[in-house]
Amino acid sequence: MDLKDLYQEIILDHGKNPRNLGKFDNYNKDAKGNNPLCGDNVHVYLRLNENKKVEDIAFEGHGCAISMASASIMTDMVRGKEEKEVKEIVTDFLGMIKEKDSLDTNILKEDEKTKLMSLSGVKQYPMRVKCATLSWHTLTSALDNSDQIIKTED
Amino acid sequence: MNIHDIKKEFPIFDDKIQNNDLVYLDSANSSQKPRIVVDRIYDFYTKEFSNVGRSVHYLAVAATNLYEQTRVSVQKYINAKDRDEIVFTKGATEAINLVANTFGQKYLSEGDEVLLTELEHHSNYVPWHFLRKAKNIKIEFAEINDDGEVTLEAIEKKITNKTKIISVSHLSNVTGAILPIKEIVQLAHSKNIPVLIDGCQGAPHLKLDMQDIDCDFYAISGHKMYGPTGIGVLYAKKKWLEDLPPYQGGGGMINEVKKEGITYGELPNKYEAGTMATAQVIAFNESIKFMEKIGIQNIEKHEKELLDYGLEKLRKNNSVNIIGNPKEKGGVISFTIEGVHPHDIATILDEDGVAIRAGHHCCQILHDKLNLPATARASFGVYNTKDDIDKLDEAINKCKKIFNL
Repeated sequence: MDLKDLYQEIILDHGKNPRNLGKFDNYNKDAKGNNPLCGDNVHVYLRLNENKKVEDIAFEGHGCAISMASASIMTDMVRGKEEKEVKEIVTDFLGMIKEKDSLDTNILKEDEKTKLMSLSGVKQYPMRVKCATLSWHTLTSALDNSDQIIKTED
Repeated sequence: MNIHDIKKEFPIFDDKIQNNDLVYLDSANSSQKPRIVVDRIYDFYTKEFSNVGRSVHYLAVAATNLYEQTRVSVQKYINAKDRDEIVFTKGATEAINLVANTFGQKYLSEGDEVLLTELEHHSNYVPWHFLRKAKNIKIEFAEINDDGEVTLEAIEKKITNKTKIISVSHLSNVTGAILPIKEIVQLAHSKNIPVLIDGCQGAPHLKLDMQDIDCDFYAISGHKMYGPTGIGVLYAKKKWLEDLPPYQGGGGMINEVKKEGITYGELPNKYEAGTMATAQVIAFNESIKFMEKIGIQNIEKHEKELLDYGLEKLRKNNSVNIIGNPKEKGGVISFTIEGVHPHDIATILDEDGVAIRAGHHCCQILHDKLNLPATARASFGVYNTKDDIDKLDEAINKCKKIFNL
């Protein structure tokens, strides 16, 4: 294990200055997630247009550098993508965080994949995987219009 | 037994953990186990095992005697009047649930109030919440002050003629505040209100005298007292144990069982249904002996020295913010670092073998009040040294460096 793998510069940067933090007015989908273990929570807001494209996305919440960076990078990455593309990215990301060594989707460009792979260090820290995945599960819940609050314990 | 040389009594410190010497600062969560406790479990299972209180063969009688010896040790250790006032449970959580359930059944009805504090661990809130749902009772919270203490006045302010029981921590697992429990009991009793003390953090660190404190109930966690997991103690005045209904039904807690009716066993069996954590109870006797050998006064003195040293050290460390400043405080330092989330602190400290806890420490009400989603917490046990605190301080500095602070 090496802390440098976990706390890469990009994570520290996004963790400290999360992009897309806040709420915007005309969202039409949202969901909440929380991590009962540490009290972290996130609220994802997004606007899907008539073509099912993510027109805008933002999040509110607080948490560790990993969870903030993950939500920040995620929101950057899915803006402008179609719903089914978003879902493919989410599945690919969750697979990578849990077991796969790489991202397989063709939707993301190489530099985007590199950015996302910066979160792969959490694999070595099983207790911290939930920090990285919370916002992604919450995004899925928002897209599915689920009323259920996402809990990482499930 | 010299407290300054005690680490060697704990096998966990013999080997490196992830290539580091272990700096264990998570004793408020659970303490490490001395060799004699671990060995006792092994010996019991390999040489002496039998279930207790049932069969009459040699091993059963011997095991029953050992099991009951722990009861007497606990009774003496906490200076309870009667050995029947010691009930074994699976932990302090079960002890509190037992009281909430049985006292609630018999004495609480709609509109009645239970008085807790904002410091309480979830285990001293959730069981009462069940009653709020089932019986429509009300739960009141005595407030903490700016120093993270709950004063006698804060308790008094929330007592009404509807208050039926007061249930408070002895020692906060977050701010370390030691509550004036004797005074709280006196005040409550002057109004005929019984008091339960959640002694999870009190019992491992403070001298206990049930007859002096005069509380009605006191919940103890075994695994925080250098004992095995799966064992706790409910101390309750005999009059309550005789008066309240049984908690769980099953073997061992009955007197006579007929198709048309059942009578319950005598104390303390009435509250010990089913096969208990026999090996753990028997090994818990070694934990008590271990603490007695060091001497609780020495434990208190040692942990106070560590606390003073730790507070001084961390106060000097820029950007470390210590949570609470109680006048009477146990060996717990909760803190935050400006710009670093507690979970990141814990992960980075762990890299150097410094084991702390991060999160809300099962005290969400308190963290909401403090307006902090999480804190980092270093908590002490008999085996800690000033060197451990120096390593904590160094690891915090490393953490600041990683986050460019």
